[in-house]
Amino acid sequence: MVDQYLPLWEVFVRSKRGMDHKHCGSVHAADAEQALQYARDVYTRRSEGNSIWVVEATHIVASQPDDQEAFFEPADDKVYRHATFYDVPADVKHM
Amino acid sequence: MSDLTQQEALFTYTLRLADNALILGHRLSEWCGHGPFLEEDIGVINTALDLLGRCRMLYSYAGEVEGKGRDEDDLAFHRDEREFTNYLLMEQPKGDFAYTTIRQFYADVWNLHFYTELCNSKDETLAAIARKVVKECRYHFRHNAEWVKRLGDGTEESHQRMNDAIAEASRFVNEMFEMDEVDQVMVDAGVGVDLNVVKEKWIASVDQVFADATLQRPEPEYDRSGGRKGLHTEQLGFLLAEMQYVQRCHPGLQW
Repeated sequence: MVDQYLPLWEVFVRSKRGMDHKHCGSVHAADAEQALQYARDVYTRRSEGNSIWVVEATHIVASQPDDQEAFFEPADDKVYRHATFYDVPADVKHM
Repeated sequence: MSDLTQQEALFTYTLRLADNALILGHRLSEWCGHGPFLEEDIGVINTALDLLGRCRMLYSYAGEVEGKGRDEDDLAFHRDEREFTNYLLMEQPKGDFAYTTIRQFYADVWNLHFYTELCNSKDETLAAIARKVVKECRYHFRHNAEWVKRLGDGTEESHQRMNDAIAEASRFVNEMFEMDEVDQVMVDAGVGVDLNVVKEKWIASVDQVFADATLQRPEPEYDRSGGRKGLHTEQLGFLLAEMQYVQRCHPGLQW
C-alpha cells in the first residue's frame, strides 16, 4: 500500500536560525501537507529543528556513480582551488 | 447559592479534564505498532503522548487542589470506573481507522476551542496549562482535519466508512457541551469555560471541515450521557482493567 499510494519525500531540517537545512531522512506521504506533518512527527519531536523542507524524491535529480570520473576527479590535483591559504579569524564560526 | 465550595468545584473541574486526556490518550495508544503505516503510527502516538503529558499536569494540580495527598498516579491508577469522569466519547474503542479519526477529530475540535477559552481563566495554573496545551491542540486539529478530508473525499469505501463512523459517534457529541453545577460555579468564578461558546465554535469548525470532506454532520437521533457522573459505557471497565493492572498488583511501583 505504501508504495502504491504514498510517494517518498525527502526531509530537510534546519536545526537553528542562521544555519542551513540539512537532509535528515525521508517519509512516505500522500501529499505535501501530510509529508510536512510526518517530517515534523518523525524528525523534530525532540526539538531538533525550527524549520522543515520536504521535497518529493522524484523531483531530485542526482548524479550517478558513472559520473564519478568526469564530475569529480578533475578537481583532485588542483589544491589552489581550496581557500586553505588564508587564515580564518578565530571569531568566525561555522566555516 | 450552591453548596459546592469553589475548592471542590475546582478539583472536580480539573479532574474531569485530566480524565478526558488520560482515557483518550490511552485509547489512542492502542494504535502503537498497529498504525496503517509507519509514519502515521508515529504521528498517532505523538498525539497520545501529548494527551498523557496533559493529563499528568492536570492530575498533579487536581491532587494539589484536593489537598489529601493524592498524586497523579493515585488519581490515574487507584480510582474505579464509577469515579472516572471522562466523556463517553473518549472511552469508545478504536474501531477502524475512520472511527479513530472521527473520535479524535471531534475531541480535537472540542479541545482546541475549550483550551483557547481556558487561556483566559482567572485560575493562574489552569491558564498556564491551557496556554501550553493549546499549541498541541492546534497541531492535532490540523493533522486530523486533513485525515477527515482525505478519507471523506477519498474512495467510495473510505467515504462510506467515515459516514458509518460519524453515525456511530454522533450520539456522544452533545454530552461534551452539558453544563452542570460544577461548570456553573467555575464559570461564575471566572475560572471555567462556558461550554455554550465552545459548542457554537465546535459546530462551525466541524461543518467547515466536513464541507471540504463531502461529509454531513447529522443531528443525533438520541444522546448518550453520564460520563461525568461516573455512568460509563461497558467499554471503560475493560480499559481500566488493562491500564491499571500493574499499579493494582504492585501499588506504588516505580520505573
